[in-house]
Amino acid sequence: MENNRIIELQNISIALGGEQILKDLNLYINDKEFITLLGPSGCGKTTTLRIIAGFLAPDAGKVIFSGRDVTNVPPHKRQVNTIFQRYALFPHLNVFENIAFGLRVQKQKEAEIRETVTQMLALVNLKGFEKRNIQSLSGGQQQRVAIARALAVKPRVLLLDEPLGALDLKLRKDMQVELKNIQQRLGITFIYVTHDQEEALSMSDTIVVMDGGVIQQVGAPIDIYNEPKNAFVADFIGESNILDGVMREDLAAEFAGHRFECLDKGFAQNEPVDVVIRPEDVDVVPVEKGMICGDVTSVTFKGVHFEIIVDVDGFKWMIQTTDYVAPGAHIGIYIEPDAIHIMKKSKYSGLYGDYSTFSDEIEMLSDVNYEKEGDEDEP
Amino acid sequence: MNRNSLTKRLVTAPYTFWMLIFVVVPIALVVYYALTDANGRFTMENIMAIVDYKKTFGVSVELALISTAICLLLAYPLAYTISRMKAHRQSTMVMLVMLPMWMNFLIRTYAWMTILENNGLINRFVRMLGGEGFRMINTNGAVVLGMVYNFLPYMILPIYTVLTKIEQSTIEAAQDLGANRAQVFRRILFPMSVPGIISGITMVFVPAVSTFVISKLLGGGKTFLIGDIIENYFLGNTGTVNYNIGASLSLVLMILILLSMAVMNHFDKDETSGGML
Repeated sequence: MENNRIIELQNISIALGGEQILKDLNLYINDKEFITLLGPSGCGKTTTLRIIAGFLAPDAGKVIFSGRDVTNVPPHKRQVNTIFQRYALFPHLNVFENIAFGLRVQKQKEAEIRETVTQMLALVNLKGFEKRNIQSLSGGQQQRVAIARALAVKPRVLLLDEPLGALDLKLRKDMQVELKNIQQRLGITFIYVTHDQEEALSMSDTIVVMDGGVIQQVGAPIDIYNEPKNAFVADFIGESNILDGVMREDLAAEFAGHRFECLDKGFAQNEPVDVVIRPEDVDVVPVEKGMICGDVTSVTFKGVHFEIIVDVDGFKWMIQTTDYVAPGAHIGIYIEPDAIHIMKKSKYSGLYGDYSTFSDEIEMLSDVNYEKEGDEDEP
Repeated sequence: MNRNSLTKRLVTAPYTFWMLIFVVVPIALVVYYALTDANGRFTMENIMAIVDYKKTFGVSVELALISTAICLLLAYPLAYTISRMKAHRQSTMVMLVMLPMWMNFLIRTYAWMTILENNGLINRFVRMLGGEGFRMINTNGAVVLGMVYNFLPYMILPIYTVLTKIEQSTIEAAQDLGANRAQVFRRILFPMSVPGIISGITMVFVPAVSTFVISKLLGGGKTFLIGDIIENYFLGNTGTVNYNIGASLSLVLMILILLSMAVMNHFDKDETSGGML
């Protein structure tokens, strides 16, 4: 795989409107890979995508496409195609002509065009829609047309800029599966941009977590989830309790006033660290069996499990448990060594991982913000 | 339901009344005068008389077409440039485009007279540099210039409006699919801006073909347009007053304009309903 790099971004920096968006970004993307750029609004993920597509030229750095420097190649000469956030279909053309657009520009023969378009319509399950008007299609159908239009020109790389953002939850789930299928069937590289960590985890071969124009971590979904590099990644991907701790020695960390056994080593003695514990990895036990104890301050039923907030000496833990615990109960907490993940201190230390101000509403509000602010990535 | 339609009728009544008095009645009068003689008897003579003005009609349509074409060529690139500017600069530019319209139409046309006259600004400047000086006023060119100058904003604004509605991402999508600048223009921008072009052409061609002020001031009686002739028949500046022939010329002009608008709208439908190529 290593020698199979289709795109390389080397030392990319760019400022837009006086604001530094990307800082010395380096990234390589393997051929036939499903890679996701994940991060909050303004993290530079859309900008990165636009640089790959050729809509933006970086202030510094190079874009290499299959070994060739394409930094200054205009978008219409690049072998990459984009699915835009709001599809950007051509309203004056019908479904057939939208999909045929790229082929007509290439001056292909009418018979060939007809064949490819028919193939594409079958691929995205829109047979019989040839003559339909774009405005008469639902959001999901427009999305499919956009996908067919981009794939018709047989790109080597498909760029997808939050393509499912405008769809409702059910449709989004279906489209996730469908996109993944299409990617595997056609064997082309997908570079996917999203702020939805669940989407990223379920679809990607590789996830690139970004924040503040800097790549925080690159890795397979499982590695990113289990071994987050810093508090930002730990908090952004899934739920995390992030505590201030000290590494007493190899395999022993002290936090929340207790010395825990863990599996991490290689830190200096008494080095201050961030400790990540996922809510599903914490066991609720009777007080006398607990390593530490706390009071349950709230309980939320989530269907699969209960989400409880437990106050342990002022730090609020989030714990997911399948057994009901009454609010106000005094409980013990037990943590297995392999549930503890130790991270080096970073600039994100102390910013995340305490659930004292947590509420579902706040999370929903911030989601809304992401969608709106996603536009700001575009100049 | 009943009350609703009653309120509706009451609300629209003033407009209906207004339209009746100031649109329907005048048109009816024009038709009446056009089809009757001085004694009020029905006749087709007035209509037949327009054959005498074939040439004037021709000149009027020709100059109006030339002006419309020049307006379109000037307006499209400008409208496009403005539509791709940042929002606050766009409003400044649109204001600049409309600025001349704050001044009286006649004053602006008189200003052109002083610029183009034999002893006007341009010629004095040319002579100052030792040139010969040349005749500009009282030519067809001056009339066309006056039309273009006066009607250009009416071409810019509708085109600008449709172009602003085309999202940048639509253009980017076309580039992304391999279209170069010329192809983006031919396959995306132009077809999508046809409605604006149509209204621009209508708003320039109609007043241009029927103007009499511009031809009078800048054409100086050398260029005689159909508007001038109609004016003469109604006011009798240079001949006899004849409402009947004046009305018949107006009627023919009106039909001519309606026909050309119908043709244009047909074009519009063809282009936007999809079947490209």
